[in-house]
Amino acid sequence: MEFDALLLSRLQFAFTIGFHIIFPAFTIGLASFLAVLEGLWLATKKPVFRNLYLFWVKIFALSFGMGVVSGVVMSYQFGTNWSVFSAQVGSVIGPLLGYEVLTAFFLEASFLGIMLFGWKKVGEKLHFFSTCTVAVGTLISAFWILAANSWMQTPQGFAHAADGTMIATDFAQVIFNPSLPSRFAHMVLAAFLTTAMVVAGASAFALLTKKAIAESRTALRMSVLMMALVAPLQVVVGHESGVVAHEYQPAKVAAMEGWWETKAQQPTLLFGWPDEKAETTHAAIGIPGMGSWIVAGDANAEVQGLDAFAPEDRPPVWITFWAFRVMVGMGFLMVGLGLWGAAVWLLKRLDTASLYHRALVLAAPAGFIAVLAGWISAEVGRQPWVVYGVLRTADAVSPVPAGSVATSLLFFLVVYAIVFSAGALYILRLISKGPDTDEDPPKQTSEPPGTPLGTGVKSAATKEG
Amino acid sequence: MLGSDLATIWAFLIATAVFLYAALDGFDLGVGILFPFAKDSHERDQMQAAIAPVWDGNETWLVLGGGGLFAAFPKAYGALMPAFYLPIFLMLLALIFRGVAFEFRHHGRKSGKKWWTVAFSAGSIVAAAAQGMMLGAFIQGVNVVDGEFVGGPLDWLTPFTLLTSAALVAGYALLGAAWLVFKTQGELFERSRAWVKQLALLVALAMGAVSLGTLGVDPRVTYRWGLTMTSIDWPTFINVAPLPIAAGSLCFMLWRGADLRQHLQPYIYSVLLFLVGYVGLAISLWPYIVPFAMTPAEAAAADNALALLLWGAIPMLPIILGYTAYVYWLFRAKVTDEATYH
Repeated sequence: MEFDALLLSRLQFAFTIGFHIIFPAFTIGLASFLAVLEGLWLATKKPVFRNLYLFWVKIFALSFGMGVVSGVVMSYQFGTNWSVFSAQVGSVIGPLLGYEVLTAFFLEASFLGIMLFGWKKVGEKLHFFSTCTVAVGTLISAFWILAANSWMQTPQGFAHAADGTMIATDFAQVIFNPSLPSRFAHMVLAAFLTTAMVVAGASAFALLTKKAIAESRTALRMSVLMMALVAPLQVVVGHESGVVAHEYQPAKVAAMEGWWETKAQQPTLLFGWPDEKAETTHAAIGIPGMGSWIVAGDANAEVQGLDAFAPEDRPPVWITFWAFRVMVGMGFLMVGLGLWGAAVWLLKRLDTASLYHRALVLAAPAGFIAVLAGWISAEVGRQPWVVYGVLRTADAVSPVPAGSVATSLLFFLVVYAIVFSAGALYILRLISKGPDTDEDPPKQTSEPPGTPLGTGVKSAATKEG
Repeated sequence: MLGSDLATIWAFLIATAVFLYAALDGFDLGVGILFPFAKDSHERDQMQAAIAPVWDGNETWLVLGGGGLFAAFPKAYGALMPAFYLPIFLMLLALIFRGVAFEFRHHGRKSGKKWWTVAFSAGSIVAAAAQGMMLGAFIQGVNVVDGEFVGGPLDWLTPFTLLTSAALVAGYALLGAAWLVFKTQGELFERSRAWVKQLALLVALAMGAVSLGTLGVDPRVTYRWGLTMTSIDWPTFINVAPLPIAAGSLCFMLWRGADLRQHLQPYIYSVLLFLVGYVGLAISLWPYIVPFAMTPAEAAAADNALALLLWGAIPMLPIILGYTAYVYWLFRAKVTDEATYH
């Protein structure tokens, strides 16, 4: 393997987008959660909802900031590292990204200002409206970026122009391409689940350490409800996404499943060690026929293995196979925790089930892991194509020297490590402190509404230098 | 509509987005550039509070600039981005530091706060300097053959680009100082007035130097302004002479405005000063979208893509400008200690 501009650019794109996606995956769900909390506060005037809002909005501000700055990188990286791709497909998916900026980014950024700094400045209805607008903005943004990415997975509605670039013949077909519905639903549910896992973990931690009991019980119920309803639904949607992938990207599914041979009764492998040289999966343990049944609805159906594709048209198998298993594993973990939560809730022991609370704290990052693993299997599984079946990744890279890419990648590694560590530290610090509560007499450090952002008291007391 | 008309409309829209970016994010980057000159931590808190509710919206114009270029002029995007590879990443990394510093500065404890204060300031300075470098590299022209960048990785680093870089840092600092005059009171207001006066002088010198440098980059520019080392073509120059005169007058009005303790006017004069410089550049580089290699029509996306984008932009841009103005209106009041501390 040679560290040329192509490989370095791929590593850089994977690293920067992997870093970026953590934050939208969390803030899409968190924005909706905040809108629900504020709506409940306005409807019931119960202080728990206000306290929860003011607590989670601080974490939202931290995460959203990191999402914004890592997202700006993406809008330039298509050109810096993938200029041939940009020039080739700009007329097809460029408008989709343009619409994302016009219909979502400005909306989120502008109303975020009111959401974070307007609690005391504007009326409660306008503030609620701003929170809802930010929440809707995150969903619109997810729609456009998923439309562009899904077109790269299942391209249609385009032709080649005289100069060799691609042009759209039908934008409705480009946007509503075959994999968009299932992949968009899959991503939004993943975001909701990711948020639910974090909220559940934080609330369980607060209950274990006996902080903000009323708030934490409420938030725990909300997140367990989300988990119990959405995690099983996600299994169904994920399956649908797999069926679409099997129809349009059979090589990807074969790599995810570790199938080398085209045959009837493909198994579902629980474990295995794909070996690309030997073209086999070692130590495979699986359920015969279940794979055929899942993707084709019939255990005896003949399903393509990787042998149906020339070696240069196959995706990297090991990483696709294992990323897929990690995602599915996390998915079923969340289903299990949702059911466990529903069961203790029915037994009226949700507030005291300390073993369950401990499990939730441990599983708090499950959503993040699932999202990252899912994206790795989707994107690596698309290789060697950047636009599936149309444009190879190797033909899409910019004419930049490897030295430049190595430099930028190195700086990204360092900068993101610093920013991520600091951000994670501040978020964990907030979580370990827990929400303010009306139960105890007000603490010294409690802040009145209006500064969801700054820990003003602290910064006043601590002079720089 | 003809394809070339669509390309011209989009060139104008993206130029407008880039200008709005400079006028808006310019002042919040400028506040970061002025951070080292603040008296103490309390003053820096006020400076940051003067921009905190709006910086994210301001930076979105940069995303529209990049995303819009990708969408409307993919070939220009594909030629320019590799040419500016290193300064773009320098800018992006700097913007990351300063962007997260808005939040992190408040969450850090003693050493953390100190570190994020430095990161905010250094990030603002480096981002502005990198943008200035790209501005210079853009003006001096990009080495493109058959739509692909063929120059070296350090083509963007020349004495001229160092000059434009310093000029843009000074220009953003001026916008920042003028914004602080508008948004602050008391001691910081007085300090910001003094900054405006000093920076107006510095920017006047910098604009003069960049203008002279620009005349030297390509004979086509010299020809357009009617100016050479030895002669002036008066009939040509008289048409463009209002620009340098307007720039000089604006610098004088900035100085006077600061003396007269005006609040909003200095910011408006600074934006107009940017506009004058921008129009001057447009005159120099017209009709190139990649100087001196590609015109908008050559770089444009397919007609149906441009048309689809335009159908989105026609309703959305006025709506965006509307709610952006509304948010500015909501947060129009001077920053008080109340906004920073509780």
